[in-house]
Amino acid sequence: MSGTSPGDKPDGESTGPDAGVNPEADLNAQNLPGQRGEGGEEIRVQRGMFGANNGGDTSGYGGLVRSIRLPGAASRPYGGWFDEVADELEGALEEQGLVPENAIDKTVVDRDELTFHIHREHLVQVARTLRDDPALRFELCTGVSGVHYLHDKGRELHAVYHLRSLTHNRLIRLEVSAPDADPHIPSLVAVYPTNDWHEREAYDFFGLVFDGHPALTRIMMPDDWQGFPQRKDYPLGGIPVEYKGAQIPAPDQRRSYS
Amino acid sequence: MSTDSPHAADWGDASSAARETTEGTVYTVTGGDWDEVVRSAAKADDERIVVNMGPQHPSTHGVLRLILEIDGETVTEARCGIGYLHTGIEKNLEFRNWTQGTTFVTRMDYLTPFYNEAAYCLGVEKLLGIQDEIPERANIIRVLLMELNRLSSHLVAIATGGMELGATTIMIYGFRDRELILDLYELITGLRMNHAYIRPGGLAQDLPPGAPEAIREFLKTMRKNLPEYDKLATGNPIFKGRMQDVGYLDLAGCMALGATGPVLRSAGLPHDLRKSSPYCGYETYDFEVPTTDTCDSYGRFLIRIEEMRESLKIVEQCLDRLQPGPVMVGDKKIAWPAQLALGPDGLGNSLDHIKKIMGTSMESLIHHFKLVTEGFRVPPGQAYTAVESPKGELGVHVVSDGGTRPFRVHFRDPSFTNLQAMAAMCEGGQVADVIVAVASIDPVMGGVDR
Repeated sequence: MSGTSPGDKPDGESTGPDAGVNPEADLNAQNLPGQRGEGGEEIRVQRGMFGANNGGDTSGYGGLVRSIRLPGAASRPYGGWFDEVADELEGALEEQGLVPENAIDKTVVDRDELTFHIHREHLVQVARTLRDDPALRFELCTGVSGVHYLHDKGRELHAVYHLRSLTHNRLIRLEVSAPDADPHIPSLVAVYPTNDWHEREAYDFFGLVFDGHPALTRIMMPDDWQGFPQRKDYPLGGIPVEYKGAQIPAPDQRRSYS
Repeated sequence: MSTDSPHAADWGDASSAARETTEGTVYTVTGGDWDEVVRSAAKADDERIVVNMGPQHPSTHGVLRLILEIDGETVTEARCGIGYLHTGIEKNLEFRNWTQGTTFVTRMDYLTPFYNEAAYCLGVEKLLGIQDEIPERANIIRVLLMELNRLSSHLVAIATGGMELGATTIMIYGFRDRELILDLYELITGLRMNHAYIRPGGLAQDLPPGAPEAIREFLKTMRKNLPEYDKLATGNPIFKGRMQDVGYLDLAGCMALGATGPVLRSAGLPHDLRKSSPYCGYETYDFEVPTTDTCDSYGRFLIRIEEMRESLKIVEQCLDRLQPGPVMVGDKKIAWPAQLALGPDGLGNSLDHIKKIMGTSMESLIHHFKLVTEGFRVPPGQAYTAVESPKGELGVHVVSDGGTRPFRVHFRDPSFTNLQAMAAMCEGGQVADVIVAVASIDPVMGGVDR
């Protein structure tokens, strides 16, 4: 491989020194399994290997401890048009009497993508600002994608929105988190009506409750389904099958290398 | 309703049974008994009739359930019931390695398999940071296959749309031409559908000998066949009468409802991701983005016909550019080791490769085994990539936790989003126009339900 290592961002200079992706990574980092840097946000600590957690340590890897880290907050300058969007958004929020730091939890720049982590109580106002401000004009929301970080205590459930500006030809990401104990996020249907079905889908699969949604019901699963299938603590299911005389376990029971 | 049901006897005539429920009288219509239903419905003093159409119905484009509240012939409220084809693909992806994912995603919108694969692979490549290392030849073949796929998808849209109007000739023409494209798929990938041909890092294998010639032959045939749709439908007064001003959705409606693709372009906005945020080298191809300003089903039909012409142009440019070269990234930690080759028995591992790993190189065998069973690791983080599928913006949100399997993959399928616009297009219109409006959205339930 001749270019950047997988751990590095394609555009190293523009994203600042604390962009979160292992700045000290040497050129051999691509040979290491996963991220080992101290930067970024820890979402989970993994022990052992191969998904073995019952019985004795037959693999010899039982003592292995790895922390799984996602890219953390970036510092200015973000590079390119990212700074312009961040300035405009902060300015517009200030005009509405809102301290930007109270609404924006952190800003992440990773892999040439700009992500604003928003405190959930300010989500609707931020989205409305992003849609209506002439310098921002993110007219098109491509829906919401739920993510479940089971071991990230206090912010297990994430709702991820991708907003596209056709006027300025830009794409940004909003991310909101909610704890499993209180899975409530305000609905964006009033701002982006297209999120109607998308929020129903995220509710159906993750149990995220979108407050203010006109009719938050299941959309894919049967109405009387118990549980939320895409949460990480919900099993995949499946039965072992026989292949050429051997029992092949169900996909979620097989050895895992992650 | 099957006749051996324990309740069948209470319902009287099995072909049009009526029964009282807490919601009012429910009629079960099984065909050929419409008059009888209308007669008994006319007797009831309640004017509001809720008609359930589907999920098993030939005109609803797959297992789509339409719930229509009608007053006479006018639809006063329309709702969709979806989820009948939900197969849990996104959940399943979290239990396979990154390469195996292509086998799942290709089955989502089964009429646009190459778009699903390409969008997913672009996402994985962005996470890996190897977008710039994809070989030129792989990108050209990706574009070539995607544009052939645009043709085959639009042909089905026009064919089934015509069939639902009762224009069966259009259906026969559309499926006739689509068959030519499926033959090309079979020649190139070994399969007519569900190819899993585009892989993270490149392609599963190179074009087989004779493929460029076969595609050129197809282009010649298609250039001859395409005007037939114009002759048959474009100026046809009956066709126009059924399509014009039906399924109206203007630009404001499209933006609010997130509609993209031909629906958005029929409202006059030339938004196309191939132009606005190009991928796979689309910025280097010469093509137009057709639009109409009619906001209706007829405009969407015209756009599809015009886009097929543009796709033919792009396919030809791809063929002219094809140069010999690799079709997979050079990084052996990512590239599939098997050097797949199309043998006389279909898809298979190259015999040279098997000889090497089984006979001469233990290290190659270990490497092959590790990469195939375990897969490659993807650095933690998330990425969003989108491609312009024939239906609109097909977006993929991929999240990695640094493992050999995706942590989360979410597909923003354009059919799912565009289908929401059904109510806005149909309410206040005629029952018969619902079919036309839904056909002009061209939803594919495999993609809607995933």
